[in-house]
Amino acid sequence: MAVVVRGARMLLAHTPGLVRHGSKPARELARDPALLDRLAARLRPYAAAAAYPPNRVFLGALSPDALAALPRPWFEAAGPEDVRGPHGFLVPEETFYGFLKADDEFDLIWLDEGFVAEIRDALIRHPLTVPEDLARVGEGKPASAIRGRLETDDALPLTLRDGRLIGCVGRAHEEDASLAADILLENLATKSAAVLALRTLITDGLAEAATIPYVINSGEEAVGDRYQRGGGNLAKAIAERCACREASGADVKAFCCGPVHAFVTAAALVEAGVFEQVAIVGGCSLAKLGMKFQGHLAKGHPIIEDALAGFAALVGRDDGRSPILRLDAIGRHSVGAGGAQQAILEALTVKPLERIALRLRDVDRYATELHNPEATEPAGSGNVPLLNYRLLAALAVARGEIPREGLGDFVARHGMPGFAPTQGHVASAVPFLAHAVDGLTQGTMQRVMFLAKGSLFLGRMTQMSDGLSFILERNSRLTTEPEDRSS
Amino acid sequence: MMLKGKKILAIGERDGVPGPAIARCAQQAGAEVVLEMTHCFV
Repeated sequence: MAVVVRGARMLLAHTPGLVRHGSKPARELARDPALLDRLAARLRPYAAAAAYPPNRVFLGALSPDALAALPRPWFEAAGPEDVRGPHGFLVPEETFYGFLKADDEFDLIWLDEGFVAEIRDALIRHPLTVPEDLARVGEGKPASAIRGRLETDDALPLTLRDGRLIGCVGRAHEEDASLAADILLENLATKSAAVLALRTLITDGLAEAATIPYVINSGEEAVGDRYQRGGGNLAKAIAERCACREASGADVKAFCCGPVHAFVTAAALVEAGVFEQVAIVGGCSLAKLGMKFQGHLAKGHPIIEDALAGFAALVGRDDGRSPILRLDAIGRHSVGAGGAQQAILEALTVKPLERIALRLRDVDRYATELHNPEATEPAGSGNVPLLNYRLLAALAVARGEIPREGLGDFVARHGMPGFAPTQGHVASAVPFLAHAVDGLTQGTMQRVMFLAKGSLFLGRMTQMSDGLSFILERNSRLTTEPEDRSS
Repeated sequence: MMLKGKKILAIGERDGVPGPAIARCAQQAGAEVVLEMTHCFV
C-alpha cells in the first residue's frame, strides 16, 4: 500500500512586538537598553510584511520561480497586502496575541482589558477562530494589574510594534527555570503557531479533525519542567486545541531536520497499518526572532526576522491522487557517513536515488535549507540555499550527470531561492511542501526531494550533524483531470 | 600560508566546512588546534 501526503498548509504570524523577546535581541537589549529605540525604528508594519515577496511565496501567493525573477532587495518590492495566500494566513500581531491567550491553559498570559476590547471584532472575524476562543480570551485585566505583575512577578511585557504595552506573560513557578516567563512564552507561541497551521489544514478541507488518530509535532521547543526539561508532547496539546478528539500524539526531535524525520515516521505508521492517517505539525521558533537584527540595523534594512512560522500536513493511505511518499527511497546520514558536506549530500540524495534507479537530474526540485537570504546575508551568514544547491550541482558534475558548464543551469532548474523566515526546522525543506503538492497534482512535476540537516553539535552531545530526506512522487493513478476531493 | 607551529582556532559551519575537518587539515600541516567548533548560522 502506498502512502501519500494529502496536503500541507503554512502559517505566518507577523509579530514585530515580540522581536525584543528573540534570543539575540533579548541578550543585546539586556546589555544596552538604549538599543530598543533603534530596533523599534526598523520594525516593519503589517502591510509591508504582507506585501513582502518571500512571505507571499511562503503562503503560496507567489511561486519560488516568480521570486527568483524579482530584483533585490525584495523588501523594497510593492505588492498586494494579502491577508492569506492559497497555502495559509499571515496573522497580524494583535490577533496573534488573542490566539496566544486562547491557547493558554494556565493564566500565564494577561491581556489588557482595553486591548481585548479592541481585538474582539478581528478575532470574531478571523476564519481560524473557533467560538470557544472568545470565552477563553475573556475580558482582560486592568492595566494596573498588569503593571503590578510586571513589577513583582518576573513577568515579561507583551507589546505591539509601536511599543504599546498590551499585556504580560508570567512565570508558572518561583524556582523552576523551565517554567520561567520567557520559556513559557516560547512554548506557548510554538503551540499557537502549530494550532493555527493545523486549523488551516482542517478548515481548507485537507484534513478532518475528528478522524485524525495521531499527531506528530516536530517543533524546536522544549516543553517540560525542571525534572524533565523537554519532556514534550506538545503534539497532544495542539491536537486538543484543534478538536482532534480521537487523537493522541508525540513529538519527534532532531533539530532542524525534525520535520523530515516526522514525515518518515508518520509514513511508516500509515504503511504499517498502525494508523490510517497521521497529522504532522511544527510551530514557530520565537527564540529566532530578530536573530540577525544587528546585520539589518548595520545595513539600514528593515528587521526581516519579524514573523513566526508554522506548518501542518496530513499523511495518509493512497487516495489515487495525492503525491506518493517513497518509503523505498529514504535518504539518511548515518553515524559512519562522515561529516564532510559531500558525504552528507551523497547520503541524502545519491544513495536513495540509486536505490530506485534514478539520477540527480530525475528530481524536478530539491527542497533543502530554504532560509531567506535577505535575513542571513546582511549578517554575513551567506545565501544558505544557494550554497547547498551549488554543492548538489557539483555532485552532479562529479558523477558525470551534467557537464561542468551546466552547473548554473542545474541550480536554476532544480533549486529555488530561499523564501522562509529563519525559523529553524520550519525553514528546512518543508516550506516547499504545499507548492510541491500543487505541482505534483495540478502541475507537471513528477518528483520532489525534501532534504534537511540538523545541527546536533549545538547541544554539545556529539560533534555530528544529522540529515534525512524523502521523495514525493506524482501519483501514477492520477488522471489528467484532477478528481473531485469531496467524493 | 605556513601553519607549522601556529595555534589555530578551527571554526566551521554546518552548511560549509565543519570544524573537525578544518582542525584535521590544520593538524596535518603542523598546527596546534586550540579550539575546534562548528556553528550553525541559521
